[in-house]
Amino acid sequence: MKIVNVTHGSFYALGAYAGASLTGAWLARGYPPALSYAVLLVAALGITLVFAPLIERGILRFMYAKDEAVILLITYALFLVLEDVIKLIWGVNPYFIAEPYALLGSFQVAGMAYPTYNLILIALAVIFGGGLAWLLNSTRVGKLLRAVIHDPEVSRAMGVNVGRYYLVTFTIGSLLAALAGSFTAPTVSVVPGLGVEIIVLSFAVVVIGGLGSLPGAALGAVIVGVVRSFSVHYLPAVELFVIYFVMAAVLAVRPRGLFSLEEPRKI
Amino acid sequence: MKKLLVALVAVALAPGVLAQNVKIGIVAFISGPAAAPFGVPAKNAAEFVIEELNAGKGPAPYAKRGFGGATIETVIVDEAGSTTTQVTEFRNLVQRHNVDLVIGYISSGNCLAIAPVAEELKKFTNFFDCGTPRIFEDAAYKYVFRTSSTATKDSVGAALYVRDTKPNTRSIAGINQNYAWGQDSWGDFELAMKVLVPSVEVKTSQMPKLFAGQYNAEISALLGAGADVIHSSFWNGDLEALILQGGPRGLMQKSMTILTTGETAMHKLGAQIPDGTVLGARGPFGPYAPNNRYNQWFSKGFEAKFQAPPNYASYQMAQAILGVKLAWEKAQDANGGKRPSNEQVAAALENATFEGPGGTVRMANGKGHQAVMETVYGTTKLVNGKLTLVNVKRYPAEKVNPPEGVKSADWIKNGFK
Repeated sequence: MKIVNVTHGSFYALGAYAGASLTGAWLARGYPPALSYAVLLVAALGITLVFAPLIERGILRFMYAKDEAVILLITYALFLVLEDVIKLIWGVNPYFIAEPYALLGSFQVAGMAYPTYNLILIALAVIFGGGLAWLLNSTRVGKLLRAVIHDPEVSRAMGVNVGRYYLVTFTIGSLLAALAGSFTAPTVSVVPGLGVEIIVLSFAVVVIGGLGSLPGAALGAVIVGVVRSFSVHYLPAVELFVIYFVMAAVLAVRPRGLFSLEEPRKI
Repeated sequence: MKKLLVALVAVALAPGVLAQNVKIGIVAFISGPAAAPFGVPAKNAAEFVIEELNAGKGPAPYAKRGFGGATIETVIVDEAGSTTTQVTEFRNLVQRHNVDLVIGYISSGNCLAIAPVAEELKKFTNFFDCGTPRIFEDAAYKYVFRTSSTATKDSVGAALYVRDTKPNTRSIAGINQNYAWGQDSWGDFELAMKVLVPSVEVKTSQMPKLFAGQYNAEISALLGAGADVIHSSFWNGDLEALILQGGPRGLMQKSMTILTTGETAMHKLGAQIPDGTVLGARGPFGPYAPNNRYNQWFSKGFEAKFQAPPNYASYQMAQAILGVKLAWEKAQDANGGKRPSNEQVAAALENATFEGPGGTVRMANGKGHQAVMETVYGTTKLVNGKLTLVNVKRYPAEKVNPPEGVKSADWIKNGFK
């Protein structure tokens, strides 16, 4: 959609809050904790369906003709608004739901305990990342979507309902962010400002990978995770700086990121 | 974002009395990440204590209504925002709201910035919570006070607790937030441990950024390091996230983990804090508070009003107000019953000793402007599903605070002399 969507951070936070409060209510009523994973999924879906269409239909659809930098600023403004909306809905007190995280216990690798829940997170990332790649590259809908992104005018002329594609695409993108937040909620204290942290890190990931590239984002995420972990283990003093060093190094060699897409030129 | 909430707590008894009110600027985080663990409990404490004092319901010697008979009214300011914003807000409090005195500030950065401005404006200011020892070690003030102890006490107390409860400690590790509070806390703890156990080995010092939220890599590094003791001064969501992520991975079982501000997480996480975790409360507050009449009045009244127990920030705010009240009334008495000036109140609080819900507060350092108090640590143990604290050890003020005129770092380096 050629949108650098800063509200992704808000959807991450909304997902975390919805996941924490819905799962908390589920567990408080004595329902089976094993189903709390499904509740996390439902919470992400529910909160996305409330906010994403509202934002896309209510604001963004009027802005698509504007410059990409202007849309970036608009999503940033929306991000700030949503930060306060979150405070209005959930207040400033932290929310915890540790049960889904602790329920599965841990497993040992080289004498070190790792939470089994992290395997769920990895599995979810693979499933949704793979599913998205399949959707975009191997289905008619995905190909039409790429056509819409490449040239909305021609797509419209060919009979594609561009507005609907924008709406569905924005909603699916927001759902992915909300899912990440919802499934991260059991491992953190859900507090105001959650979205700020993640959006900065996500920006580094997509810049390293190349804006608009799905394999690039996946590789960027792995690079950021591995480099940060190495730093934490072997050189903790530079941990804060190391991700941005990698980002700067990649940009110095490949200014459009590792997997930068070919830039088609209209003639 | 600048937020200003003006709250008139007092009820004027008659039209002419309003002019005699004592107007106090109360500054604490009302929004942002520090609001829930510190700012709001502190603001609530101020609200409770001032209501009680205005009604003349404080325990003796705080039983006189308001401040020396004058009703207290408050102007509450949000501490969120940059240091520059806070300096502007402080000037607003003094020059636009014409407050008589200011009680507030949680952030050490804000305290360092406000102190010289308070001095310039000749406005009596009492810091209730911030921990940096630099305020009165690097400068001397006439109008600025702090009725809570410095962070040095927390780190030295933690090191003494390690020596006393785990005397065979050979190695330590740390996970602290990468800014002044985290670095100073770790620095003091590391130094104190090296003095107490000269052969101690530092396995790793993790310094993730403030509010990072995810600590899986750091926990792996700490588990891999296998230090005997882990020190953390984490607070707010970071503290809770560390407990939630470290608990299921056995971090607290593998190493004795000391959380210097752990008391703030106690009320929220309860049984989710693993057994054997050492919790501090930045002094004799919360579960470590003495059973004196001030604590009975404060903790019961606070809990009844807010349906939550007061945490250490609440205690520090309460003792800050009570200390200033005593000084105000002493100065008023010395002034023949007339309203005292800021200079007279400052002179009355200098080198004073008073009792509060956390016990004895002595304004013994910083030329009589900096309080010293005892500190306490204890270890968690679940009993019938309820979190309790065992092996509680109290360290008197002289053991955990440097003597007057000696800088904290020098005091620790010289073997606490």
